[in-house]
Amino acid sequence: MSSEAISYDTLIPNNVDLSSDRRVLKALEQWHPKYIDWWKTMGPEGFQEASVYLRTAVSVETVGWAKFDYVKMPDYRWGILLAPQEEGRKIPFGEHKGEDVWQEVPGEYRAMLRRLLVIQGDTEPASVEQQRFLGATAPSLYDLRNVFQVNVEEGRHLWAIVYLLQKYFGRDGREEAQELLRRRSGDPDVPRMLGAFNEQTPDWLSFFMFAFFTDRDGKMQLESLAQSGFDPLARTCRFMLTEEAHHMFVGESGVGRIIQRTCGAMTDAGIDDPFDIEAVRQLGVIDLPTIQKKANLHYSLSLDLFGSEVSTNAANFYNASLKGRFKETKINDDHKLIKATYPVLKMIDGKFKFVDEPALTALNMRLRDSYVDDCAKGIKRWNKIIENKNIAFTLSLPHTAFNRKIGEFSNFSVTPVGEILDTKQWQSLHTDFLPDTEDGEFIASLMKPETQAGKYANWIAPPKSGIDNREGDFEYVRLS
Amino acid sequence: MTPIDFRTEAKNYRHWRIETEGSVARLIMDVNETGGLFPGYALKLNSYDLGVDIELYDAIQRLRFEHPEVRVVILESGKDQVFCAGANIRMLASASHVHKVNFCKFTNETRNAMEDATEHSGQTYITAIKGTCAGGGYELALATDYIILADDGSSSVALPEVPLLAVLPGTGGLTRVTDKRNVRRDLADVFCTIEEGVKGQRALKWRLVDELVAPSGFEQAIATKVAELSASNPDKTDQTNQPNKRGISLSLLKRDISDTEIRYSTLSVTLDRDKQVVTINLLGPLDKDELSLELLADQAEQFWLLRLCRELDDAILHLRFNEPELGTLVFKSSGNIEQVLKYDSFIREHLDNWLVREISLYWKRTLKRIDLTSRSLITLIEQGSCFGGLLSELIFSADRAYMLEGQYEDDERPPATLVVTESNFDLYPMSNGISRLSTRFYGQLDDLESIKATMNQPLDAEQCDALGLVTFIYDDLDWDDEVRIFLEERSSFSPDSLVGMEANLRFAGPETMETKIFGRLTAWQNWIFQRPSAAGEDGALKRYGSGKKGQYDSTRI
Repeated sequence: MSSEAISYDTLIPNNVDLSSDRRVLKALEQWHPKYIDWWKTMGPEGFQEASVYLRTAVSVETVGWAKFDYVKMPDYRWGILLAPQEEGRKIPFGEHKGEDVWQEVPGEYRAMLRRLLVIQGDTEPASVEQQRFLGATAPSLYDLRNVFQVNVEEGRHLWAIVYLLQKYFGRDGREEAQELLRRRSGDPDVPRMLGAFNEQTPDWLSFFMFAFFTDRDGKMQLESLAQSGFDPLARTCRFMLTEEAHHMFVGESGVGRIIQRTCGAMTDAGIDDPFDIEAVRQLGVIDLPTIQKKANLHYSLSLDLFGSEVSTNAANFYNASLKGRFKETKINDDHKLIKATYPVLKMIDGKFKFVDEPALTALNMRLRDSYVDDCAKGIKRWNKIIENKNIAFTLSLPHTAFNRKIGEFSNFSVTPVGEILDTKQWQSLHTDFLPDTEDGEFIASLMKPETQAGKYANWIAPPKSGIDNREGDFEYVRLS
Repeated sequence: MTPIDFRTEAKNYRHWRIETEGSVARLIMDVNETGGLFPGYALKLNSYDLGVDIELYDAIQRLRFEHPEVRVVILESGKDQVFCAGANIRMLASASHVHKVNFCKFTNETRNAMEDATEHSGQTYITAIKGTCAGGGYELALATDYIILADDGSSSVALPEVPLLAVLPGTGGLTRVTDKRNVRRDLADVFCTIEEGVKGQRALKWRLVDELVAPSGFEQAIATKVAELSASNPDKTDQTNQPNKRGISLSLLKRDISDTEIRYSTLSVTLDRDKQVVTINLLGPLDKDELSLELLADQAEQFWLLRLCRELDDAILHLRFNEPELGTLVFKSSGNIEQVLKYDSFIREHLDNWLVREISLYWKRTLKRIDLTSRSLITLIEQGSCFGGLLSELIFSADRAYMLEGQYEDDERPPATLVVTESNFDLYPMSNGISRLSTRFYGQLDDLESIKATMNQPLDAEQCDALGLVTFIYDDLDWDDEVRIFLEERSSFSPDSLVGMEANLRFAGPETMETKIFGRLTAWQNWIFQRPSAAGEDGALKRYGSGKKGQYDSTRI
């Protein structure tokens, strides 16, 4: 079988020779209508009939994975696409380092792998659910199209995980696949598994922040899983990463355009004090301190997704050669971490201190450090926009101990600059660091849909260039 | 090292909260991560160590004595995402074998105390689980009578010891799954080898939980169950005797402790480190007052038998954990046997009074704790002793009992006697469900009948010897030497083989869930705790948390 060609000989586009795998095909075909039901009830509200200019993967080759055309979202060709198999690939890390990668799940690791897949898989439909009402307030058809692109691709990521569950995990896998459609973001009865995926995405600034910060956690997780000794998982994640990059782009450019518009409006109105929030808001744009607060919120929620800094689970996953590190193969060490240590930031006697922990157990901390570095690059680019407008304001990442619910700092109240507060101080100050109701109401007041091709809401600048190099007034979404 | 202290009270709890409202109590587990009893581990995810369990034991006792109005106790977590992750694994991995074994025994006794309260005190325990409930966490739930599990797609119950740690769910887990909850053995096999556990419908279908509830209906489901239980679980003691039934308070136990002696109000404990012998002398009641319910209400926690229960309980626990090398416990008594017998009959006559009943149940549990103590138990009956009725149980719980025949020349007190009463036949069953006498004369009904015929009469050494109530009798000429030689001989044997021999000989007769837990589950667990696959340097228990897998010895033994 050629692993590159996508077969359309079944209902489900795939490059895994689905037509000759009756068992999985049957399972997927049974799952498919339930998925479509889920999409119609929990996917983008009010736009199921709209024609959206979407990218669909037609090949996993770098040149041909993006084909653009109008499509109604429920008709989107979600498929099972794995990156090409690498001949002779060896397991790059952990106890099994150097052995041939596994094409089948080793019985010993079945439960562990299934858990990894379910946790990752649960985030994919969750974000679609979180974003389902955004269509009603899109600042442009361009942005409307972008959120839908993100949504269908998150949907496809769910397909990818479900394929692995059904292919390799038998009845348990099929049950888990059903459960992925049963849980609902923010539902007190059947919540999604991770905290940040039960938070609301009430407005477009939140969406862009989410795509920048939270999807970036997804990227780090996928990067780690792309190293896996279980080859089908590694290949799946490698292909998912190509799509995830677009989500990062939507997030970073979205926030960037908001900043650009705010700075532009301030300059035009002759306002040079970024902290004159009232005056800036009078211009119908989002003031920079509020953007900082939103960043604080989404960044801290996303840090929680990395789990406890010192984690037995992470150690087990790594040692079992199931989940590696960010850019594992580029790291120069033994890739087993038997004796290595890694500095972990902790609170000791009321002070922040780095403590050397066994590197195996500190893998969450390490991945989080890579994530922080990655986020910092984006922040730098945002600051460049502000700098170019000569406004005295710098966005920054808050301290990693700020607003944490999981890990070393979950019991402490820490400001964005790392000062430790008592509960009372935190109560009186936290609205200085995190968006409050008033901020939310102000942003909500700006959220008016702009549905004319080529037009943009007042609070956001147009993009530098169009999707698929389309002209500025291209109609990305044809509303029915 | 500072000795482990089992004495505590609600205001000092670091890990639990008791909230009572009318006939309902909530027992809320909210473990303080940094509150471990020893350094080197954090009590994350509501995991527990001995310190947490000491508070739980205290809480169960206080619910019985201080809140007799409570009919239903809801066991729940004070943390959001987790019910309880079980015993702290790093604690287990770093603990000595002695500590692990004693820790498991104590936690088992505490869970049995929950069941005892449910069965005998009309305080039914139920569990409300939201979040992860694993290992010892699920074993806690198993000790309650009804388990409600949140159906939120993630809350689960698990016994991950075998796949994760290469040990057993040794706090009653394996036993209760099959014997109490009647989970089919093949499904139990599956359940006990799934690290992540079982949730939702499957947990219900496999009988691992009793009720599955959506989180939004969780509190309502608890309330409904509580109402149902309150209605069907009337107070077993007579309300007419105690219209305003009010609990009594148990203040922090007082004791004077030194290297060679521990003094309580009802017993003195002497530690002989050279001979490795502890002598526990029980002091009979001093009061001459006529016993009455009014006197009991007036004395409350000062009531002699209640003090004796608490103090003996504390002494045994102290010796188990803090004096592991003192291998022989010698019980003696001194006091007025008539007065002891008054207490014995007072208790029997007033079992419909809640406090009398509780004290009697407490004496039963304390005696069980003695049965399960892995020391040689010897009882000496000498002049001035007061072994009658309920105190005589200490003779029948001993591995051997020696009785002095006649008097010492210079001691004018009358020769020693002992008295058997009805209490010895029905009030204080062992963990095998039958009395110590029935166990002692297992299958010998004639012997039991002969003893019954002597009930309430003082029996001298010769009679006791003939009836088989004591092991040997010696006169004053032989007594000192025989006792000394015996104790020296005992100390010369291997403590391990003595522990094993005594534990086998003590529990003749039927199996119960309790005997299975202490005799089978615990014994296997203690063996596994010594084996390389779990406790070796490369074993799963030692390697837990390092990410490295345990190395197993592939030999089946």
